[in-house]
Amino acid sequence: MKYIIAIVQPSRLEAVKDALSKVEVFRLTVSDVQGIGRQKGHTEVYRGHEYQVNLIRKVKLEIAVNEQFVEPTIEAILKGGRTGDEGKIGDGKIFVLPLEEVVRIRTGERGSEAI
Amino acid sequence: MFRLQGRSSSRVLAAAALIGFVLVGGWLMAQAPAAPAAPAAPAVEPPKIDPGHTAWMLTATALVLFMTPGLALFYAGMVRTKNVLGTMAHSVFAMGLITIQWVLFGYTIAFGPDTAGGLFGDLGAYLGLSGVDHDKPMPGSVHLFPHLVFCAYQLMFAIITPALITGAFAERVKFGAYCLFMLLWATLVYDPLAHWVWGGGLLANNVAPTPQSWLQNTVGAGALDFAGGTVVHISSGVSALVFILLTGKRKGYPSQRILPNNLGYTVLGAGILWFGWFGFNGGSATASDGLAGLAFTVTHICAASAAVAWAVVEWIHRGKASVLGIASGIVAGLVCITPAAGFVGPISALIMGFIVSPICYYFVAVLKAKLGYDDSLDAFGVHGIGGTVGALCTGIFCQKRYNSGGADGLIMNEWTQFKAQFVAVVVTWVFAGAVTFILVKLLDATIGLRVKPEEEESGLDVSQHGEVGYNL
Repeated sequence: MKYIIAIVQPSRLEAVKDALSKVEVFRLTVSDVQGIGRQKGHTEVYRGHEYQVNLIRKVKLEIAVNEQFVEPTIEAILKGGRTGDEGKIGDGKIFVLPLEEVVRIRTGERGSEAI
Repeated sequence: MFRLQGRSSSRVLAAAALIGFVLVGGWLMAQAPAAPAAPAAPAVEPPKIDPGHTAWMLTATALVLFMTPGLALFYAGMVRTKNVLGTMAHSVFAMGLITIQWVLFGYTIAFGPDTAGGLFGDLGAYLGLSGVDHDKPMPGSVHLFPHLVFCAYQLMFAIITPALITGAFAERVKFGAYCLFMLLWATLVYDPLAHWVWGGGLLANNVAPTPQSWLQNTVGAGALDFAGGTVVHISSGVSALVFILLTGKRKGYPSQRILPNNLGYTVLGAGILWFGWFGFNGGSATASDGLAGLAFTVTHICAASAAVAWAVVEWIHRGKASVLGIASGIVAGLVCITPAAGFVGPISALIMGFIVSPICYYFVAVLKAKLGYDDSLDAFGVHGIGGTVGALCTGIFCQKRYNSGGADGLIMNEWTQFKAQFVAVVVTWVFAGAVTFILVKLLDATIGLRVKPEEEESGLDVSQHGEVGYNL
């Protein structure tokens, strides 16, 4: 079992969810985050003071998957998450972590069945 | 009941004025009011209330009150999330507390018949609003609407003025200490100043048979302040500056990012202020007539041109016209036209907008950062400076053809009024500044004005009110 964390552009979230559902990945957690990557920020001016804003808003997806779903999930996120055909700096990253245990709260099931 | 001596001396004054009016009466029948709020002016004293004038003054009163929640929005949008409710509380609670003060003794200090050589009104005259008729106009005035309505109208001005000051010390003052400061400031600064300019006191533009004011005797003219450039804006703006110079900056200013939580509120607030200002300036004509129409219209014109001017200046200076800048320009224009509204023409108002915005912009966006003082929401930069510019512009652009009770200004080659305006401005600066200095020193030494550092960190909403503004 693996735990996939993906940081994607907020504008690509719907496309990523569509691509994931096409490979039968429906269950995930989404949160609003801010991050610094290689994307440059912007300058805001407020009452004569300039502020450099380099924390950019992104969306984090967290998905627990069984082994056979790892590659399809990664492919789906790549397909949905790229901006345009070539992609752009700021499109994000995918992290694959080993997942030790999964438990369904309602039934107490563990392991692959619980994902 | 109340001091009989005070009451009888004001009755003698009213009786003398009445006789004078009846003698002068006939040929003044069709005139507009000579001075907006002077308690004694030459005209026929109206025998009864006119529904048209009363309707307008009631409407104007409601419009001015609406400006205070508008101000609450304007300011609250500019502070950090953790202080949004605390900032609104400053404005909204003033609506409650100042009303009580005004009803009990504020009104009589400001508009009671002149005693103490022009310093304040007769305390005994209208204490607790006794003697303020609901079915007769104010004695000694040319009003054609009830005295009580005039009192209510002026109350709305008294409410918003201390609320304006709060913009300077946003995000760092204890609520209880603020309430005490508000009460003392209203009683010791606003009420006397209102008396001086509008109540027939030191700076007033008195007309016979009322004796000439100190300013009229000294310079040759009284101050022309149609709706409160000096009384409201300079006084609050300068007091705001003194307050924050004495109490210090916010923690983390200016090195840390202190960002507005919801500029949408600020824009909405500016719109409400514009709308309400029609009552602020239009109602200061104290009649439903051409003068009210003039004040109403030039108010709009100046707000508009000042908004455009601010945007242009910021565009040139920064490359982009911010929406906060446009909102600020609107308010600066409204402030600037306030003393001038019933004395200047439409093109003068247009020009004034283009004068006030660059000046206020300079104070707000350049000088403040350079000098490093923390006038958090620019109460001084917009109201203090804008009011000063407006009061002086009144002396430049006023023309008698718009208001025979006014004067001709510099554009008509007359210097006297400008000199009077200048003196009035200086007096207001010095008086408001000095009394506020004493008040702040006193309160800071006794109860303390600032919140504790950890309270400033957690925010006013939670520390002062036990509330959270947003539960999104």
